Amino acid sequence: MSKATAQPLSLKVASGAFLAFWCLLAAFPIVWIAVMSVKSPRDAFAASAWDVITGPATRAAGTGLSIIDIVLGLAFLFFAIRWAFTGLPKLVERFSPPGLIVVGWLVGAAVFGLAFVLVFFGILPPVFGVINSILGPIGEPIIGLTTEHYQAVWGENQFYRNFMNSMIVTAGVVLISLTVGTLAGYGLARSGSNLAFWLLILALVFRALPHSVLVAGYLPWFINSAEILRPIFGDLSPTLYGQPWAVIAVLVSINQPFTIWMLRSFFQNIPSELDEAARVDGCSHFQAFRRVIMPVMWPGVITTGLFSFLLGYNDFLVTSLLLDAQNQTMVPAIAGYFNRETTTTDQVEAVAAAVSITAPLFLLVMVFQRQIVSGLTAGAVKG
Amino acid sequence: MKFKTFFWFVAPSVFMMLLFIAAPLVSVFIQSFQVTQPVMQQIEVETCTPGFLTQTCTTEMKTVPTIDEETGKTITTTSWVGFQSYANVLQMDKVWEAISSGAVGDILQIDFWKALRFTLMFTLLTLPLVIGVGLMIALAVNNAAKAFKGPIIFVSLLPFIITPVIGSLSIYWLFVGDGILTATLERWTGQDIAMFAQAWTIELLMYFYRVWHVAPFAFVIFYAGLQTVNMDTLESAIIDGASRFERLRYVIVPHLMPLIIFIALIHLMDCYRTFEEIVGFRSQAHVISLQWLTYDFMVPDDAGNRAISRASASAMLTMIGIVVLLILPLRRTWRDHKGGAH
Repeated sequence: MSKATAQPLSLKVASGAFLAFWCLLAAFPIVWIAVMSVKSPRDAFAASAWDVITGPATRAAGTGLSIIDIVLGLAFLFFAIRWAFTGLPKLVERFSPPGLIVVGWLVGAAVFGLAFVLVFFGILPPVFGVINSILGPIGEPIIGLTTEHYQAVWGENQFYRNFMNSMIVTAGVVLISLTVGTLAGYGLARSGSNLAFWLLILALVFRALPHSVLVAGYLPWFINSAEILRPIFGDLSPTLYGQPWAVIAVLVSINQPFTIWMLRSFFQNIPSELDEAARVDGCSHFQAFRRVIMPVMWPGVITTGLFSFLLGYNDFLVTSLLLDAQNQTMVPAIAGYFNRETTTTDQVEAVAAAVSITAPLFLLVMVFQRQIVSGLTAGAVKG
Repeated sequence: MKFKTFFWFVAPSVFMMLLFIAAPLVSVFIQSFQVTQPVMQQIEVETCTPGFLTQTCTTEMKTVPTIDEETGKTITTTSWVGFQSYANVLQMDKVWEAISSGAVGDILQIDFWKALRFTLMFTLLTLPLVIGVGLMIALAVNNAAKAFKGPIIFVSLLPFIITPVIGSLSIYWLFVGDGILTATLERWTGQDIAMFAQAWTIELLMYFYRVWHVAPFAFVIFYAGLQTVNMDTLESAIIDGASRFERLRYVIVPHLMPLIIFIALIHLMDCYRTFEEIVGFRSQAHVISLQWLTYDFMVPDDAGNRAISRASASAMLTMIGIVVLLILPLRRTWRDHKGGAH
């Protein structure tokens, strides 16, 4: 940088201070609910911040972390995360069958996650307990920490059912959105016709529609669908209300406008000479798409998939209105917590449920930060 | 690409959008002029209470829904009611009453007008804040040492990626009756603070939440835009003696202008359908938004009935609003397209 653009110290300090303040602001609410969720109700809503962090009441109840726990736990966490970024990719590449690297990653990530949960929450606590009791005074807990709220949420309240429903809905939304969206995105990117332009504008208008407008259109049909469809399907006709796959179809459609815009801008970046060359060699458009475009489209597809995941995972309005209590997903289920939130224990359980919903998103940003950033900019800078 | 090939590529996507977006719109439009009600019938009911010597019996006429003998469901009829549902939502009679009596503020007591006021104010007030804060973060990150950039972007993405309901809940818990920030504020000011007892404090928190949630999105886009600023133009501006602020005002901001318009467009769309804040802050007694109004009509009441026709009417009114908001940007796109900038 030349001398003329060099900045005075005051400006540097001010911009640094502003950034530090923003980071604090961005992280604080999320970090704070994570801290609250592992404290006894009295500590979680204590008046002094120090009490919330150290948790004297939680410690008095006999649950807490000693210095040994913290040091060893952090060390384990560090090595586990490092291995996930160094050892795991090699293992996945070695054992996944050629061409199915995505499946390999899915299996690898699932196995790693499961093993991590087992070791971290199943094996380490009793081992540390033994070490603490041997060491005596150093082994005394200094920070209160309890997992009772998580146990209550996931065990007694059967939050895992909501988790499974969320996973079914999200997986369906991502898979179908991407399949339908890649085809349309490719078609739109390669056709310069007026029709393609109008389709994109129509999609933009559809994107602007509030979701409640659409749900008002679905509700009467979904509730009475068994009778409406009877003349066609006979007694097999389903009631769409409360069906996860109906919600998947709805969320995929709501997401389509955004998906095709984004994928189109990714496909426009793939030089059209590539498929033209394939066409000269005698491929049809579909063959060119399958053999030439598909191998190079994965970065764009992964990014778009992330945003579809977020839409399905974060949705409250559609799932809360179109699913019933038996197959409710996680986000609307949390509304059930604060409707009966009468005692502070209920409140902290709601906090624990909220943190449980946020944890997968946190992991997602950690692994896919680059893709999310590229996805955000792709639509704006090139579109 | 031939039309036929193009057609087959986009057909599945267009089919889904037509079936699940266009068709429901038509359906909502029709529903908003109809009312479906259960068929009521009057039956004579004799109720007896035990008394001394003989029972005391009374007969009365009750109005109950007719039940279909075969299916066991209530029979319903659908009738055309014209603009009745719209009138129920808009409550124009009360509006005129408020205007004629001089108490114009009373209009904001009516659900629809209350929701409209909040939604528009929310959308238009947060727009400059989001763009301003996003630009400031982008400039500051652009300034920061390279080693910090990755972690800062990671932390900044958290508010953007978090589930909106959970995000607003996490701020709710900081300010709820015995939340940590309320306690701290109370200690500083020495008086009792209840953030969720009156509308304006809730609204302030909602503005804060929305800027917190969307500024990272603006930041990432501006940050990408800043990487492509023409250095030659900047240097010639320095030679011409432009101050730091003038460079920002006359070189950087014009360069980012298309991005600012893009963010504004997305923000208008997303902010107009604000809904999750109402759920997260549990503010329905004080502050409601248009989308929440429609949602509330659709949630079954204590008797299990959903006010579908009123929901449809309020949905149509919501839609008119978004069309009005977007008509200018869309006309611009149309002109660009005609001008061959496509």
